[in-house]
Amino acid sequence: MDSLIQVQDLVKVYSLGEVEVQALRSVSLLVERGEFVAIMGASGSGKSTFMNILGFLDRPTSGQYLLEGINGENLSRDELAEIRNRKIGFVFQGFNLLSRTSALENVELPLVYAETPTSKRKEMAQKALSEVNLNGREHHHPSQLSGGEQQRVAIARALVNQPSILLADEPTGNLDSKTSEEIMGIFQRLNRGMGITIIMITHEPDIAAFAKRNILFKDGSIVDDHKNSAPTIATKGGSGK
Amino acid sequence: MRLFASLRIALRALMVNKMRSALTMLGIIIGVGAVIAMIAVGSGAKSVIAERIASMGSNMLIVMSGSSTSGGFRFGSGTVPTLTADDAKAILSEIPSVKYVAPTLPGVAQVVYGNQNWSTSIQGTTPEMLDIREWPVASGRSFTQQDLDGATKVCLLGTTVVENLFGGIDPVGQIVRIKKVPFTVIGVLGQKGQASFGQDQDDTIFVPLTTAQKRLFGMQFPGMVRTITVQARGPEVMGEVEEEINAVLRQRHRIQPSQENDFTVRNLTEIMSTAQETASVMSLLLGAIASISLMVGGIGIMNIMLVSVTERTREIGIRIAVGAKGRDILLQFLIESLVLSLIGGILGIAIGVAGTLILSSLTHWPTLFSMQAILLAFLFSGSVGVFFGFYPARKASMLNPIEALRYE
Repeated sequence: MDSLIQVQDLVKVYSLGEVEVQALRSVSLLVERGEFVAIMGASGSGKSTFMNILGFLDRPTSGQYLLEGINGENLSRDELAEIRNRKIGFVFQGFNLLSRTSALENVELPLVYAETPTSKRKEMAQKALSEVNLNGREHHHPSQLSGGEQQRVAIARALVNQPSILLADEPTGNLDSKTSEEIMGIFQRLNRGMGITIIMITHEPDIAAFAKRNILFKDGSIVDDHKNSAPTIATKGGSGK
Repeated sequence: MRLFASLRIALRALMVNKMRSALTMLGIIIGVGAVIAMIAVGSGAKSVIAERIASMGSNMLIVMSGSSTSGGFRFGSGTVPTLTADDAKAILSEIPSVKYVAPTLPGVAQVVYGNQNWSTSIQGTTPEMLDIREWPVASGRSFTQQDLDGATKVCLLGTTVVENLFGGIDPVGQIVRIKKVPFTVIGVLGQKGQASFGQDQDDTIFVPLTTAQKRLFGMQFPGMVRTITVQARGPEVMGEVEEEINAVLRQRHRIQPSQENDFTVRNLTEIMSTAQETASVMSLLLGAIASISLMVGGIGIMNIMLVSVTERTREIGIRIAVGAKGRDILLQFLIESLVLSLIGGILGIAIGVAGTLILSSLTHWPTLFSMQAILLAFLFSGSVGVFFGFYPARKASMLNPIEALRYE
């Protein structure tokens, strides 16, 4: 069976006026189903660019990227939007929830664009919120929730469409260490219990330690890629359901 | 994404910024209100003119006697009588497009009833005159062919004459004296009101043509009349009838090709339709000026939508990241501007109608609402919303999600 993610000789060049910046220099990578990967690297190492390409938010300059065998190269903007909608869940550092919109409606957002019927939408969003232990918080607005709770809403939103992969860009960057561990606990549970594949960017080694595989980016290339034989087990956030 | 979901998103976004939405709408409200009010004033003016044309009679031509020349001076039309009642008969029988003719011999005379007297215009004419001018007899009867043949001393009074001579008495059957000749009043004409140039059309008395010729004004030659009023069968044959009248009369009066006509044909309807055209141009102009304010309102919408798109760049980025397609975003913002402009349109119609009613009750200007104008203004405001909302909406739908998500 093919790998979930197949990346071959990926190159991304940004041209800033006269100057050309090589954000990615021939990156190759395989990720299997059920992996929990942490990508590390200094800022400017190319890890965010890599994530954007994995999330079909950006296109590589050259090289190939297949998600479940799908090549985004020749797909239109709208077709890529549909793939993001069905196969990818995003979790961002800044949570990126819609303000003035309840938690439940935030979680429903991908389903709105998937044209899921209203009644089913509510049910699925409710279920995703209970996955992240937010029962009873459905009708709170983001401003009424703590940072950790907001990030959990964002995780529920990423999960609601049952995506193939969850991409998290510094999900704990805005959180204290206790809340961060809580979020990692949720990730580990989703990964172990439900077999969801997670790729997470972080620059904190403590956070990377929760993942099963660590990859290090430097100057647009992968310089280290190793299995984490003994990941830290989160003591918080893992319970639930 | 379905329309309903887009509509909900749009309505919520508008509710969040109530003050801003209301102010943006105000531009459209004023624009649509102005269009409605201006069109109402314009078409009111037009309808008044149309009414006056109808009261005068439609498709009407007047043949007048020729001008006289004396010692090198030329006098106006009608100064030398050249027309006869037979000319009128010839016009009717030889030109198929002519519906009615009414030869007329007018004059001014003193009318006496009891101890009251009144000076008014007397028109010796045929009953066809009433048909041409669509002038009903309000009480009594009109005169007949027998009255014409016998030159009977009967008359029809206009309402102004009745008011001045009779007060409250029913004039039908009474005897009045015109130039000291006793006439029996056989009927009273319906009220006609002012003509387009302000004359009182009801200040008149109709008598049979022959009676006027023989007993009141006399004739310089047999069958003399001053004017012949002609009604054509339709507006499209007016020009044709005018030419044929020229031909028939030139032949009857034995005018050589090198000589000028000894009569003039005037197309009254043409004069009136010029007035009507002027009113049309006026109302078009008013509408155009009002449309400019609607346009400005539309630009207001575009302005606010652009601000809104910039403000919500991050929101757009999130939506695109989780799977919104270009058209989902486009639709969302387009519906927002459409809702703004349509609600503005509805309020504008209400304010336009109310404003017009207040205006016309204060100034007594005639105003007229038409369902089409209201519907048109509504549709126009909708298309303003789509037109001016499209650019901002398109801009939103084209945003790069990575940059949009990074936007602070």
